[in-house]
Amino acid sequence: MQDQPKNVAQLAKGESGVIAGFSDDELALKLMEMGCLPGETITINFRAPLGDPISVHVLDYNLSIRVREAATIILEP
Amino acid sequence: MSIKSNPKIVLVGNPNSGKSSLFNQLTGLNQKVGNFPGVTVDRKVGHCQLDEHARAEIIDLPGLYSLYPKSADEEIVIQSLLDPEHQDYPDVAVVVVDVSNLKRNLLLFTQVRDLGFPTVLALNMVDVATKGGLEVDLEVIKQSFGIQMVPINARTGKGIDDLKHLLGNPLMKECEPFYDMSTSADQVIEAVQNGHHFCNRYRAFQFAMHVDRIPSFQGDTRHKIIDAKYEHQFNEKALQTEDTLGRYKKIGEVIDHALHRRETTTVDWTKRLDSVLTHKVWGYAIFLGVLFLIFQGIFAWASWPMDLIDGVFGATASLLSGLLPSGMLSDLVTEGIIPGLGGILIFIPQIALLFAFIALLEESGYMSRVVFLMDKLMRPFGLNGKSVVPLISGWACAVPAIMAARNIENKRERLITIFVTPFMSCSARLPVYTILIGLVIPETYFLGIFGAQGLVMLGLYTLGVVAALGSAWFLKGRVKDKTRNFLIMEMPTYKWPRWRNVGMTILEKVKAFVLEAGRVILAISIVLWVLATYGPAEDMARAQTEWESQYADQPAISETPEAQAQLASLKLEQSYAGHLGKAIEPTISPLGYDWKIGIALLTSFAAREVFVGSLATLYSVGDSEDELGIRDRLRNEVVPETGEPRYTLALGLSLMVFYAFAMQCMSTLAVTYRETKSIFWPLAQLFFMTGIAYVSALVVYQLLV
Ligand SMILES: Nc1nc2c(ncn2[C@@H]2O[C@H](COP(=O)(O)OP(=O)(O)O)[C@@H](O)[C@H]2O)c(=O)[nH]1
Repeated sequence: MQDQPKNVAQLAKGESGVIAGFSDDELALKLMEMGCLPGETITINFRAPLGDPISVHVLDYNLSIRVREAATIILEP
Repeated sequence: MSIKSNPKIVLVGNPNSGKSSLFNQLTGLNQKVGNFPGVTVDRKVGHCQLDEHARAEIIDLPGLYSLYPKSADEEIVIQSLLDPEHQDYPDVAVVVVDVSNLKRNLLLFTQVRDLGFPTVLALNMVDVATKGGLEVDLEVIKQSFGIQMVPINARTGKGIDDLKHLLGNPLMKECEPFYDMSTSADQVIEAVQNGHHFCNRYRAFQFAMHVDRIPSFQGDTRHKIIDAKYEHQFNEKALQTEDTLGRYKKIGEVIDHALHRRETTTVDWTKRLDSVLTHKVWGYAIFLGVLFLIFQGIFAWASWPMDLIDGVFGATASLLSGLLPSGMLSDLVTEGIIPGLGGILIFIPQIALLFAFIALLEESGYMSRVVFLMDKLMRPFGLNGKSVVPLISGWACAVPAIMAARNIENKRERLITIFVTPFMSCSARLPVYTILIGLVIPETYFLGIFGAQGLVMLGLYTLGVVAALGSAWFLKGRVKDKTRNFLIMEMPTYKWPRWRNVGMTILEKVKAFVLEAGRVILAISIVLWVLATYGPAEDMARAQTEWESQYADQPAISETPEAQAQLASLKLEQSYAGHLGKAIEPTISPLGYDWKIGIALLTSFAAREVFVGSLATLYSVGDSEDELGIRDRLRNEVVPETGEPRYTLALGLSLMVFYAFAMQCMSTLAVTYRETKSIFWPLAQLFFMTGIAYVSALVVYQLLV
């Protein structure tokens, strides 16, 4: 597991990371349009009470994504 | 170059960028309404006097994030921007951007700009950005994009006059694209350009991308483009990604120069509110509280204006029947038209309140938190957090609610949402429930606070929700769709709602209801009155002779109200309506309904709210003596064979359950057809829902009777 790159779903509340890329081509475009661009910083605001979805901060605004989608956003090591 | 005296101007922008606010500012009360039965809501259109010469047509398009649509909502925008034959193909595009989130908003702007429309950039929410420590250098923006632009505040109206002034004068049109695609799509772009005469490469590119979405693109040109795409390996996904990334890169460079940040110490209210409103306990408690408030509104607060309207109509009818010379016309007015009209107008308080609540939830930004809270709970039912919005709107009316499902990206989730939304108890069922509950449920209280009547009402609403979720669960495995489902949704900052915007929404919905639904209801009331007054000549004559023979030896008694009422009911039975009701009576008598209720049921298929009006019309025919309220009239109704009251607890509950489940609304079926583009779904709704209604009503009646 050590060499595997970290993704957004693995971040804890309040933690940030820099987006490196995406592991799912189908979702990548939508995520990029919504501002999740490679090189941008993404921060976890909070999780929904049932653990899913999560609210993230990116490009000066808040975005809600499901954990499954967050897992497709790969972070820079 | 002078401008057209009535240019078509479209408003384009991301969701929550302030488009509707700007639309309201520009058009005021000059809006065309039409989102009820049969009329499209695709478009909100209004007019705006730009200066003394030019009067513009303003079209508000749904919000979207890019020219690559993911939902049905966004497709509409693509069609109107790309299809020159489309009714909303604009002369000018105004792109509204939220400056507090400039980078993301500019993506769509640069795309629309590069399509080659004369484009104006409306920089909105400057106040929000400033508060958050963002300073925008307008000059840099203007230079970089080579367009005209104006800072506005769509909330307060600041800058609107500048915008109008700008639009009233010739606009500059930039031919140089902001971002040019690499060469990988060149051959296809050329193929499109050969078939058409536009100079614009980006437009040609988008044409190729969306060739299947543009209806006026048929025949030879279409085939040529499709062939070219195939031949030159036009990879849509890769090119969309290239376009998006390329634009963002250039936008990033502009922003680096144009946007200055400074540290602020302002309180982040959104963060604070979110920690409460999405809290694991408080979040749900507050959501339930909000739902409770909505109920309180429609049941308690709406009741006094409703009683007022009811009273006014009762009084008017008796006043007129005294004033008008007696005869057919007077009967038509006092027994057909006035009760029919009263039956429409009485809904206004409830409809206004429901839409006010929904508008408030949307305006304030709370609705997206509801989606956030509910997503995980909705998924086991094959629904999406976004399904909550149509479902809640379904309490007001299924027609706009079904259209609100457009922003659900996944086809399967959207279909299921559309299918089950009509189970939610819409405001048209409310008067039916109200009258039946008042009739058969006693006004008792448990523990001093829980009224029996209120509990039954709550039960009926719960029944609707359970039916909706249950059917969704039933459909989950049966509707096939391979596309991915996801929830990638903006959580806007909380904003204090603007009463003006809420007021406009209420006005729009009430106007639509009165004009569109009202017309149907009024027409049905009149038709019904005619059917209930006239009948086959010999049958009517037979009723008359039968009655006369009863009183042959005592003509004095025949003038009493009782005898007259008997004549009226004999005649009604022999009228066309009577025959119709009798024909369906065998089917519905197991549920406890007689032919009069049968007629009311039949007419309800045009729209449920007709039920009360129909009963009012049916029972007031011939009853000109005293203008009893409809409820008292029903209470006095007896079963002829036994002399027992007709409206018993069993019948009342059976009817309530029937109305809770049955699909009895042409407009809903029409909108389902339009939204799903298939005859299968409305028919499935009709049979599925009505089948459930029939069986449940049967069970309820047979258990209780
Ligand atoms: N502070 C501020 N709020 C605005 C401005 N423009 C719109 N709003 C608010 O932003 C929210 C979303 O606006 P709306 O017009 O519904 O956006 P739409 O989704 O693009 O139609 C509403 O609560 C508006 O009152 C503005 O310039 N400043």
